Amino acid sequence: MIAEAGLAALWLAAALALLQLFLGAAALRPEGGQVIASVRPVAVAQGLLSALSFLLLIQLFLATDLSVKLIAANSHSMKPWLYKFAGAWGNHEGSMLLWVTVLAVAGAAVALFERRLAERTVIATLAAQAAIGLGFYAFLLFASNPFERLNPAPPEGNGLNPLLQDPGLAFHPPTLYFGYVGISMAFSFAVGALLTRDVGPTFARAMRPWVLAAWIFLTLGITAGSYWAYYELGWGGWWFWDPVENASLMPWLAATALLHSVTVLATRGGLRVWTLMLAVVAFSMSMVGTFLVRSGILTSVHAFAVDPRRGLFILILLGLYIGGALVLFALRAHTVKEGTTFEAVSREGALVANNLLLSAILGVVLVGTLYPLGLEVATGDKLSVGAPYFNAAAGPLALALIATMAAGPLLRWRRDSLAALVRRIALPLLLMAATCLLILLLAPGIRVLPLLGLTLAAGTAAASLGPLWRRNPRRTPLFTWGMAVAHLGIAVSLAGMASEAAFTRETLVAARPGETVEVGPYRVQLTAVEPVAGPNWTALEGRLTASRGGSAFSMTPQARTFSSPPTDTSEADIATMLDGQLYTVIGRPDEQGRWQLRLWWKPFVTLIWLGGALVALGGILSLIGRIRRGRPAKVEESFA
Amino acid sequence: MKAKHQRLTLLLLALAAVLGAVLLAMSALRDQASYFYAPADVVRKGLPLDKPVRIGGMVEEGSVRHAGDGVTIEFVVGDETDATIPVRYRGIVPDLFKEGSGVVAEGRFQPGGLFVATEILAKHDENYMPPKLAGERHKAESLQ
Repeated sequence: MIAEAGLAALWLAAALALLQLFLGAAALRPEGGQVIASVRPVAVAQGLLSALSFLLLIQLFLATDLSVKLIAANSHSMKPWLYKFAGAWGNHEGSMLLWVTVLAVAGAAVALFERRLAERTVIATLAAQAAIGLGFYAFLLFASNPFERLNPAPPEGNGLNPLLQDPGLAFHPPTLYFGYVGISMAFSFAVGALLTRDVGPTFARAMRPWVLAAWIFLTLGITAGSYWAYYELGWGGWWFWDPVENASLMPWLAATALLHSVTVLATRGGLRVWTLMLAVVAFSMSMVGTFLVRSGILTSVHAFAVDPRRGLFILILLGLYIGGALVLFALRAHTVKEGTTFEAVSREGALVANNLLLSAILGVVLVGTLYPLGLEVATGDKLSVGAPYFNAAAGPLALALIATMAAGPLLRWRRDSLAALVRRIALPLLLMAATCLLILLLAPGIRVLPLLGLTLAAGTAAASLGPLWRRNPRRTPLFTWGMAVAHLGIAVSLAGMASEAAFTRETLVAARPGETVEVGPYRVQLTAVEPVAGPNWTALEGRLTASRGGSAFSMTPQARTFSSPPTDTSEADIATMLDGQLYTVIGRPDEQGRWQLRLWWKPFVTLIWLGGALVALGGILSLIGRIRRGRPAKVEESFA
Repeated sequence: MKAKHQRLTLLLLALAAVLGAVLLAMSALRDQASYFYAPADVVRKGLPLDKPVRIGGMVEEGSVRHAGDGVTIEFVVGDETDATIPVRYRGIVPDLFKEGSGVVAEGRFQPGGLFVATEILAKHDENYMPPKLAGERHKAESLQ
């Protein structure tokens, strides 16, 4: 019964979305005065119904109801409960239901809380949100019904891909979806404002919290996904330029640009058309991301669907939404008033540079991700684009972007002088020179890009604190703190990336129990290999003793074999120190009783994710600051 | 500067940035993208010696040999034709690597035809098949 109730709730929610779209369209007509009051309640009801549908799916997974096809295919009665729970969205249908649920709930939140914007613009926004939702409801109901029954029910389920049986999975996909959906909300605001010709600072202030929230979730999702790949895949890498990773990076890049341009619009009334365009681009990127991941066009751990109809369906949705948005943009962009002007050397100027560089990086990543697909469709040639391309093309742009980021917040709005900037940035520049010299002295053989990265990280870290300099910390607005913390986070993350690239030490050996291996400053002894067992796996566990001069500690990497579905995985063991991580992987034995050991010493690698967390924290501080300030009457002097 | 002129300038800058990015991307692609070869492609097109490439196919049954150092393995990759590629790899093979299953490797060909892999790609499930092989199987099936 639960499955039928879930399906009914989903159909009802879809019907309400259709109603919301029609009521919204009717309300925008000149004579639409009477229906205008009905749009908000419908949006709230739609949110509640889709949430109910998703909760029922979770209930089915927790109870392991094998008569439901999705659960038989993806779950197993012996699975730990956390993975039954997370399994609800660890598959194609469930994750699409999560997508549409978050979308509907976000629409409901706008309907309940948005009071600043003109009512007509809110209604137009909700209608746009309903139009986006409808596509996904149709996709779920016609091509990926999560509640489909199976008759007869199988005695046992297939289980979940062991690589996905990890606490990180429980939170990684929802985090990214919140980000995608937050961007779609921002897009709906842009469509709403274009429809009612209401593009101005008030619109930017209404849209900003959504962009900020989406951006926070994307930052967290990317950071968590990177760490997940780092420890779960057992390769010691933290970013692989896999299309699925790019699918989350591209919306982040666009959202970062949008976040900064929307601030110019909210604060200074400038960059109006550009901000609208970025909202369209950011939404397109999250649709492209969804398409890449959900269509099964890529073969990887993330691609659950291998059904070409689904890919086509998402592709059509993608074309409709992006095409529609671009047409609307083309028709209405000229009606948007010009904003306030500014000089090239000014805060606005730096933000324009930030936006251009981010767009360029986005272009590079987009081309690298889609080119192999396009080439294969066009000529049938197979080609893969990997780290060498992305590092060569995006790396220098990223360094330029970070340099802009260091200088931008030290500039005044509207007009400033280069001489003043140089005075304000002198201290960070000196620090950069000192860092550069110090590194060259300590590590003469370092490559250029890591050296530049470390140097720039030091300067950026110092410069990011500039806006807080000589200010009373308690009277500094929270969003200024947020900006400083987020920019500091970028510097910290950059330092981690550069250090990892420059100073990682790797050892690969075949060792007999009792043998000792050296990696970086560590001596690691393989003392024994023992069999161990978990709830749904067995493993061979290497017992390692590691030491660096002082006291020794033990590490236990495992080679695991899962029973359902039968799969081998390796579980790396990672020891975190203040100055880096020791990363150990054990392979299979050879005929002579030797075990393959792969060991890495990665100095300061943890800074990569610590920086990501700081960036997200900065976003959260800004968001709290923005929401607390509510309706700012005066022009804000700073931003985040 | 008038607002209208500023908007035009910004638009041109944006276009230049995106165009620049695409040009940069295209030139980097020409240098850095690695083509994908199945054993049959090597026979047809000759050995690509000038840059790193990816190869893909099935690990032939009984072909995996472990070298004396314990960390180097050699195996043979085949496809639906008679063509094969001998591969050498130093490192821990991914969890899903086994005889009779699909594999994708990145590395360089030696002049003698040996493929020295720098990476064996692992991000796939146990049903994975290199897309090309799957594609050709599909073609073969639909021809029958």
